[in-house]
Amino acid sequence: MSAKTINIKLKVWRQKDANSKGGFEDYQLENISTASSFLEMMDVLNEKLVNENKEPVAFDHDCREGICGMCSMFINGRAHGPDTLVTTCQLHMRTFKDGETIVIEPWRTGGFPVIKDLMVDRTAYEKIMQAGGFVSVNTGGVPDANAIPIPKHDADEAMDAASCIGCGACVATCKNSSAMLFVAAKVSQLALLPQGRVEASKRAKNMVAVMDELGFGNCSNTGACEMECPKGISLAHIARLNREFLSANIKG
Amino acid sequence: MTKLNSKIPEGKLKDKWSNYKAHQNLVNPANKRKIDIIVVGTGLAGGAAAASLAELGFKVKNFCYQDSPRRAHSIAAQGGINAAKNYPNDGDTVYRLFYDTIKGGDYRSREANVYRLAEVSNSIIDQGVAQGIPFAREYGGLLANRSFGGALVSRTFYARGQTGQQLLLGAYSALSRQIGLGNVTMYSRTELMDIVIVDGKARGIVTRNLITGKIESHFGHAVVLATGGYGNTFFLSTNAMGSNGSAAWKAYKKGAFFANPSFVQIHPTAIPQHGEFQSKLTLMSESLRNDGRIWVPKKLEDAKAIREGKLKPEDLPDEDRDFYLERRYPAFGNLVPRDVAARAAKERTDKGYGIENNPTKEGVFLDFKYAIERLGKDAIEEKYGNLFQMYEKITADDPYKTPMKIFPAIHYTMGGIWVDYELQTTVPGLFVAGEANFSDHGANRLGASALMQGLADGYFVLPYTIQNYLAYEIGTERMNPAEHEEFKKAEKDVEALIDKLMSIKGTKSVDYFHKKLGKVMWNNVGMERNEKGLKEAIEKIQEIKKEFWSDLKIPGEKNSLNVELEKANRVADFIEIGELMARDALNRDESCGGHFRSEHITEDGEAKRNDKDFMYVAAWEYKGENEEPVLHKEPLSYEEIEVKTRNYKTA
Ligand SMILES: Cc1cc2nc3c(=O)[nH]c(=O)nc-3n(C[C@H](O)[C@H](O)[C@H](O)COP(=O)(O)OP(=O)(O)OC[C@H]3O[C@@H](n4cnc5c(N)ncnc54)[C@H](O)[C@@H]3O)c2cc1C
Ligand code: SF4
Ligand code: FES
Repeated sequence: MSAKTINIKLKVWRQKDANSKGGFEDYQLENISTASSFLEMMDVLNEKLVNENKEPVAFDHDCREGICGMCSMFINGRAHGPDTLVTTCQLHMRTFKDGETIVIEPWRTGGFPVIKDLMVDRTAYEKIMQAGGFVSVNTGGVPDANAIPIPKHDADEAMDAASCIGCGACVATCKNSSAMLFVAAKVSQLALLPQGRVEASKRAKNMVAVMDELGFGNCSNTGACEMECPKGISLAHIARLNREFLSANIKG
Repeated sequence: MTKLNSKIPEGKLKDKWSNYKAHQNLVNPANKRKIDIIVVGTGLAGGAAAASLAELGFKVKNFCYQDSPRRAHSIAAQGGINAAKNYPNDGDTVYRLFYDTIKGGDYRSREANVYRLAEVSNSIIDQGVAQGIPFAREYGGLLANRSFGGALVSRTFYARGQTGQQLLLGAYSALSRQIGLGNVTMYSRTELMDIVIVDGKARGIVTRNLITGKIESHFGHAVVLATGGYGNTFFLSTNAMGSNGSAAWKAYKKGAFFANPSFVQIHPTAIPQHGEFQSKLTLMSESLRNDGRIWVPKKLEDAKAIREGKLKPEDLPDEDRDFYLERRYPAFGNLVPRDVAARAAKERTDKGYGIENNPTKEGVFLDFKYAIERLGKDAIEEKYGNLFQMYEKITADDPYKTPMKIFPAIHYTMGGIWVDYELQTTVPGLFVAGEANFSDHGANRLGASALMQGLADGYFVLPYTIQNYLAYEIGTERMNPAEHEEFKKAEKDVEALIDKLMSIKGTKSVDYFHKKLGKVMWNNVGMERNEKGLKEAIEKIQEIKKEFWSDLKIPGEKNSLNVELEKANRVADFIEIGELMARDALNRDESCGGHFRSEHITEDGEAKRNDKDFMYVAAWEYKGENEEPVLHKEPLSYEEIEVKTRNYKTA
């Protein structure tokens, strides 16, 4: 894993705030270590800008280990960049070639308006969760954890769905700006477990209703979201969501 | 002269919490609606507290700096959460979990708090399952357990390598439900800037909206801080980029005592640093020590050859490998507590056996070859797949084929704001929960116990104890900050601080100062400390502070999104926290747990405690800018436990 250094050109989307018109700015960086992460490369750019008395590029990030879901860059036309099954913060510079031009944009979808530069507003996801992304239990007064055995297979599948980090790459990738994969991950996780089963169809109905209300598009099964999801959330969960949704409508 | 009253309830240790609950004051349901509670933080502690308090009927205002409460750094916890369920029938009890925690903390934590923690641990797992958390299960459908360091039983529950994520999403789901119901008002992308005290009681906070830069005030009948740890004082750590000590520090400056600031945990298994551009360190969960064996080469020349890439570690025969933890600690082997494992790695690399080709030649191996031979690759993949994937993405090495390289990293702060049994600080009405308080882990925290503590505080302790305070506040009318002198003054002070930072207009970026501070902290206040180094650290930190306030550069404006300004506010506080940490480490002239003073070592190189002079909590009181803080001591006494020298060589 010996580290080399490369020189790169960047085309970065700069936008002052939600109401301003944005545009690309070009930057040149030299001697970037291939062992550094993509965001460490962005740190180098920002340090350079600060030293030149210019405003650094605003971008979302926090854990830098692929789990908080905060980082969100559209790199060379792909959500979270060219590598698969990684978030932007886990992308490493060894994925790029010396002399390469890298285009960096924010998520572009009506559901997530730009706040500044590469930062977007994902409050819509919060609203969807508040509509039903939970089991309605209060703290305390619940049965012993081992009171209901759950088949390992179901628990594992629920865990697959529960891995969603709420990053929004699926929406940013979808040509219809659909949030189906995100919603399906939660609905499916809870529908697979006896604790969540009780409210499963009501949950599907409520979450989908808010998703529609917020202007996210319909799912036309192109599967692009699954390809770009950093956590490999499977399209099969959308099928399960549809089943729950249908049964909610039958029940009325 | 001490002002500290820990308010430990009467009675036998095992009855204290039940007695407390039986006799405490409660707020009646009709009055709860009239009471506002501010909760800063949405991690396990804050998220659980905000949701639970809202369920009880209080009106809650909840704050976090991220764009969503779901992104608090609790999300990154990998390995697991402890509970005394004894499902594996291997001899666990509440007492044993309590005992292990006190011993692991090297007899520097408060007995009554720790017992309560062990007592409520089981309810956390029940709660999580009820919320739909997909914990790992056995084929029979019951919950699975694994082992963590410092314990001889398997009591750790987990959800693959993403336990913190799943527990946090559980708390977040409960919180989302309460937000939807209108019982919690959520303020995301909002940073706490100060705490407002009215007539000696905490009554609210001043915040900065991180998008608009707007300074605002919020009233609460009580204020809860659950803002996490201050490990980022070291610049490089396993914490998130935004993790900070500022909320705790502002509380300290408003009269809350800061306890044991020097107690920092250095985690033995993080990916080694590989360059100056590095922004953070990535943890490899302690759970890996269940199946991985830690070693370095026995011969110096092999270590050198490995560093230089001339020898592949997988080609070194077993007899040339030094499994130094198994050699030194036969009873616990690779599962010794973190402080012991971290120092043992440093001992080897200091002697030249380090294997990583970085400037410091640090790094040891964590090898899964033996577990793969014993259990098969699939079993290992099932348990640790996501961690292995993360490791490969970062290093480009495949840990199924070649041993992982690891080294200790700053991970967790046991120290924090001093709280009594009720989690109340020395400022009435100000409560602190989770990693931000000092309460349960003494001088060293056992693995899988922080998640337990955060959730215990948030779900099962604070919702009770805060009512014992609020019961006397039902007559207090809601205040309107716009009409209140104390709020207006606090807002003005915050504006002045921001203006001061913006007007320095020097030449150096915030990161320059943060990195400089981090180096001093790591070298002098890190894994090994001594009097000379600590005194030097205090001087150097004071110099950094001067330079910071005269040569800092922040581009952009204050009234808009300005990341450099956010960082500057945090780093200004880290500099001061760093100094207090060094002071505390200097005062504690003994070794205990993670606090290792090279002047106090046993013959075989272990930490040598001095119970006669230092069996106390060191709680520091702020006395003003450029004044020396005053030390208050809370003596520790152990009724149910015999205080011994920690020994992980024999069980
Ligand atoms: C990589 C990693 C792995 C870990 N693994 C484990 C494990 O396996 N088992 C275990 O038991 N423990 C583990 N820990 C420790 C454990 O995760 C933490 O101690 C615990 O989650 C802290 O929870 P908390 O609620 O106190 O704080 P956090 O989760 O850090 O939450 C802090 C909250 O406060 C808010 N906040 C902070 N400052 C401000 C401010 N100034 N203004 C407004 N809001 C603010 C943040 O937005 C956030 O919502 C791990 C820690 C790390 C870093
Ligand atoms: S489904 Fe995947 S892409 Fe969509 S928000 Fe979740 S983790 Fe991100
Ligand atoms: S910064 Fe947390 S997932 Fe990328």
